[in-house]
Amino acid sequence: MPHTRLLHKRLLAVFLAALLLLFSPLVLPLEGAGRWFGIPVLFIYLFAVWGGVIAAAAWVLSRLGD
Amino acid sequence: MIGNALIIGLAFAYLGLLFGVAYWADRRADQGRSVIAHPTIYALSLAVYCTAWTFYGSVGRAAASGLDFLTIYLGPTLMALLWGSLLVKMVRVSKAERITSIADFIGSRYGKSQVLGGLVTVIAVVGVVPYIALQLKAIAWSFQILHHYPEVRMPGDGDQPLWGDTAFVIALLLAAFTILFGTRQLDASERHEGLVAAIAVESLVKLVAFLVAGVYITYRLLNLEGVAPPPSLPPLSPDIPPLLDWLAISGLAALAVMLLPRQFQVAVVENGDVRHVRRAIWLFPLYLFLINLFVLPIAVAGLVVFPDGDVDADTFMLTLPIAFEQPWLALLVFVGGLSAATGMVIVETIALSTMVSNDLILPLLLRRARGRSPPADLGRRLLAIRRGAIVAILLLGYLYYRFAGEAYALVSIGLISFVAVAQFAPAVIGGLYWRGGTREGALAGLSAGFLVWVYTLLLPSFAKSAWLPVAFMESGPGGLDLLAPLALFGVVGWNEITHGLFWSLTANIVAFVAVSALREPNAVEAAQARLFVDVERRAALKRATLWRGSAEVAELRALAERFLGVERTQAAFGRFAQARGIADPAALPADGETVDFAETLLSGAVGGASARVMVASVTDEEAIGLDEVLSILDEASQIRAYSRELERKSLALEAATAELREANRRLTELDRMKDDFMSSVTHELRTPLASIRAFSEILHDDPDLPLEQRRRFLGILVSETERLSRLVSQVLDLAKIESGHVDWRTEVVSLQAVIDQALAATGRLVAERGIEVRQDVPAAPALVWADRDRLVQVLVNLLSNAAKFAPPAAGRVGIRLVAAGPGWRLCVSDNGPGIPEADRGLVFEKFRQSASGGKPLGTGLGLPISRQIVEHLGGRLWVAGGTGKGATLCFELPAHRPAQAERGSDYDQTHPDHR
Repeated sequence: MPHTRLLHKRLLAVFLAALLLLFSPLVLPLEGAGRWFGIPVLFIYLFAVWGGVIAAAAWVLSRLGD
Repeated sequence: MIGNALIIGLAFAYLGLLFGVAYWADRRADQGRSVIAHPTIYALSLAVYCTAWTFYGSVGRAAASGLDFLTIYLGPTLMALLWGSLLVKMVRVSKAERITSIADFIGSRYGKSQVLGGLVTVIAVVGVVPYIALQLKAIAWSFQILHHYPEVRMPGDGDQPLWGDTAFVIALLLAAFTILFGTRQLDASERHEGLVAAIAVESLVKLVAFLVAGVYITYRLLNLEGVAPPPSLPPLSPDIPPLLDWLAISGLAALAVMLLPRQFQVAVVENGDVRHVRRAIWLFPLYLFLINLFVLPIAVAGLVVFPDGDVDADTFMLTLPIAFEQPWLALLVFVGGLSAATGMVIVETIALSTMVSNDLILPLLLRRARGRSPPADLGRRLLAIRRGAIVAILLLGYLYYRFAGEAYALVSIGLISFVAVAQFAPAVIGGLYWRGGTREGALAGLSAGFLVWVYTLLLPSFAKSAWLPVAFMESGPGGLDLLAPLALFGVVGWNEITHGLFWSLTANIVAFVAVSALREPNAVEAAQARLFVDVERRAALKRATLWRGSAEVAELRALAERFLGVERTQAAFGRFAQARGIADPAALPADGETVDFAETLLSGAVGGASARVMVASVTDEEAIGLDEVLSILDEASQIRAYSRELERKSLALEAATAELREANRRLTELDRMKDDFMSSVTHELRTPLASIRAFSEILHDDPDLPLEQRRRFLGILVSETERLSRLVSQVLDLAKIESGHVDWRTEVVSLQAVIDQALAATGRLVAERGIEVRQDVPAAPALVWADRDRLVQVLVNLLSNAAKFAPPAAGRVGIRLVAAGPGWRLCVSDNGPGIPEADRGLVFEKFRQSASGGKPLGTGLGLPISRQIVEHLGGRLWVAGGTGKGATLCFELPAHRPAQAERGSDYDQTHPDHR
């Protein structure tokens, strides 16, 4: 049980971090950030954070029982 | 040119493959070797979330409005992070209650209400059937576009005969597939193995198709002739919608991914093991991530290749391979789109048909049979109803597609459907965490939310399709601007989805909470609330304790047999009886537990609400008042508290027992040591006594002994007596130290002074044996906090030992005092035989002397006493140095620092150096 609770806590932390990085005004300045090798910076940012969130969740779960 | 035959053949071959996979998986399941009992399969089946709307529509949305297509996938990604508690809880409840659909879930939660289940079913059907139509449309479109290869031509409305209409044929085929693999048995809470296996395969197919197309199109985009390098690509708007919409639509998708009937079906009903959810927490978002990776490049490529805007962006996935003249890629994309659409249609239809049969039609049938026992063939009839519902729902979808066609009402339906199912959120999520909700509250919330949804989203979509006067949208009914559907209460400037979502959920939650607040939950509601909210602590709480009345086991069995068949019923009752420790199922007592078991068993086939009605029709239940229910529930929780307390106490008791056992072991050990010590002491005392007695007897018996001899014997007597008294005083000493009865007079002591005093005390022995003493002592006083006399005793002991073991005449004894870390180290060495490695621990044991010394030279108590003293003073005593060069014994004591000294202590003020 303490194991499960720790898992929930860590996933909640990832959730809150994702909420902040993807759905807060933090995103807004990136809209006008232009392009990097022709690719919009916002696009790169969103996919990087997205991939990071998935990796973090996978890491948490691999540490605490899958 | 791609022939019609090839396209149709491919489509049929693909559907044939699905049939094959499903058939194989069902066969394996019948043999007890399930292929879908794997967390990865579970995560893949969840990807039924990605429909044709994802497969074709994402690119269209990206081309039209930038990054807002991501909301549909970012929301579920975040939601998945909460599944560890939320979805797990839903699955646990559903397994325990044998929930068959989301309508059943909500109906069961609020007092097993049939009306509530029916309402949920209506909302789901109205909200989702257009969504099914959208899938059929996608299939028909992709057929027509592919048919024109190598031309890129948009499908017209060309009126085809019914049988030539691919969408119709596909709909019929899907109906056949769903009936075959979705209604094998009536028990809908059992898993549909073949179906889930087919869905997992479809998820793989659409992902692979999308990735292959994405890689190829991106490659072509980067190598397009005549187009400048990437930085000057057309400015596809790389923006996100306003933050409010970005958040609202993501939240909407997050709810939809759990509440859409098909998602509930695969995530909850088809879940085989609650632990599989954990893998899905990251694997499902990973799937979404991959399938979205190439959306933007494909949209850009579409805008570059078709700059005139005469090609619908929704078709870029298919028209780009055609424009690049890649027939096989086009066919692969076609199959991918087909799999996305069919997967959705199949699962959605199963889920809806279960809801329609269990929560809409069956309650009506039962109402007609009011009070009487349901007809004998109801089970088979129900299965037929379910099959009919599948066909009806698919036909409904097809008709909607034919009727709405190109209308806005169909194109925009994805998100509108999402808002419809989001209405379930307050009842489902609230029901899992809040005990206060009532049946009327849930009914009011769902109705209010649904009505506002119809008003703010469905009707405007009809108006935009020109089925309703447009004026209705701009000014509300009767010209009331305040009630304008797209700007309710003067809220202007919001995206219509955000607007509709906000108002419908607001109405929903307000009505749910307000109406629930009107009265206390009644007995059944309170019991169900406990079962849902406290599912994790179920062990001590059973609904069975809340049932009172009379029943006949035979009647219950007969009822179950009608729906589950004789064989399955017998097996289930047999297992239940065995679990209760009763050999013969017929001998089961007709108590609450049995009734509850029968009801739950039946729930899996007909849904919780109908099962309750049917069981009630064959039993005689006494009504239990709310007070009684609450007191029983409280009793249960009290018992739980008691048992927890009991457990705690027994743990404490165990710990105490272990402590006692350890203490006893130590006592026994000490007792044994005491015995050993006593026997050693008596042995040591006897030796001098024996010689004293022997010489005394000689002197007594023989008066004629020569004087010389007499003197010699008396000398021996004296020395033996001395040895004896030394021994006795040392034994006393040791006993006093060990028992803690020594008066320690600690003070600041200079080690130099101790050395001087000890040398004076041993001077005679040293001089007698002709031993040379060397000192290596620093001039600065070495101060320690100790008992001076005891320390002298230790040093005397070490010095006399050294003197005894050093060879006579040529003996040398060294005294060395050095600072060692925070303390002082004093070593006494000799050039005697030394102490062998093996004996170094032994010399500190009582009455042990190093064997190499030959004849014992001391009492064997000196070193143990010394060690006790040094340890008491906070230091340590040990044997140092190697053998061969004599023995070295050292002790260390912590240095005394004046700063630590108490004021007014007898610190020797004459020492000048006191930092």
